[in-house]
Amino acid sequence: MTKQEALFNYTLRLADTNLILGQRLSEWTGVGPFLEEDLALTNIALDIIGTATALYEYAAKIEGKGRTADDLAYLRTDREFYNPKLVEQPNGDYAKTIVRQVIMDSFDFYFYTALTKSKDETLAGIAQKAIKETTYHLRHTSSWIERFGDGTEESHQRAQNAINELWQFTGELFEVDEADTLFVKEGIAVDVTAFKATWEKHINDIITKSTLTVPQNVFMQTGSRKGIHTEYLAYILLEMQALPRMYPGAKW
Amino acid sequence: MKDNQGPLWEIFLQKKAGQPYVHCGSLHAYDKEMAIQNARDLYTRRQEATAIWAVPANAIVASSPEDIGPFFEPANDKVYRHPTFYQIPDAIGPM
Repeated sequence: MTKQEALFNYTLRLADTNLILGQRLSEWTGVGPFLEEDLALTNIALDIIGTATALYEYAAKIEGKGRTADDLAYLRTDREFYNPKLVEQPNGDYAKTIVRQVIMDSFDFYFYTALTKSKDETLAGIAQKAIKETTYHLRHTSSWIERFGDGTEESHQRAQNAINELWQFTGELFEVDEADTLFVKEGIAVDVTAFKATWEKHINDIITKSTLTVPQNVFMQTGSRKGIHTEYLAYILLEMQALPRMYPGAKW
Repeated sequence: MKDNQGPLWEIFLQKKAGQPYVHCGSLHAYDKEMAIQNARDLYTRRQEATAIWAVPANAIVASSPEDIGPFFEPANDKVYRHPTFYQIPDAIGPM
């Protein structure tokens, strides 16, 4: 693998993560728990899809084979997507959506803070925009998880169920391969191992403050870096890619 | 549908520091933090503000429509209360 291919893969994986999460969140549009929260979550989805767009455009440029950002988003199959499995998990009830989101927001908070210092100027620029948005997302989702945990018996139980179900997907966020290690040395990529302990403490604090519990000794899922996903990703792509695949080059 | 969206809050936005806070609408929220967050998401999507006030709607005391006559009409014929007899230097700006 050339350095160019490795940087393409790195950028593509970040783009996939944001796109699939943004697509999932946007499923709540119009059916949110109440009007104000519907808009709040839609805003978050839009921010995240915006980050994905910027990353796909950069990935397309790195690749330099004439594929556009849209081609990358709409014309690849599930085995060619590299997002962690966490972001493709179904929305479930609102507690599950919020738990998934607070895990990603807290991870992204450290990830994009570090990425602003990347020697790759484009990635650093994208991160600078993303970190402001993420800081707000984290504030919003942290206050929701606290309400669920500290709310009624039912909201507490639903939030705890979501944590128990989703925790197995947190391991993938910290996986590192050879290309990552190389890019970390060059100051391009984020060293996720460097903030793993800080993140663990942070998410633990959020969850504990909400009177909820982090499960211990959980078996961690893996495989997304090889394009192996849970069954849910293919269905997301089916819906998301239907139009561009049925009407190639469609414009409106 | 059962209304369980929380109490009503009135939202005021300040466009720039030093300018007055202007009422822009209302929203539902369960607590102060959520009121500020919802206001941010509902009313500042197009750079309308750099600061927000959220006030519980039930904390606002309002005059009633019947008060229009006794409250406001007596001012109609008291033109001398307008400071129109002064020249305001341009440097002062809007008063």
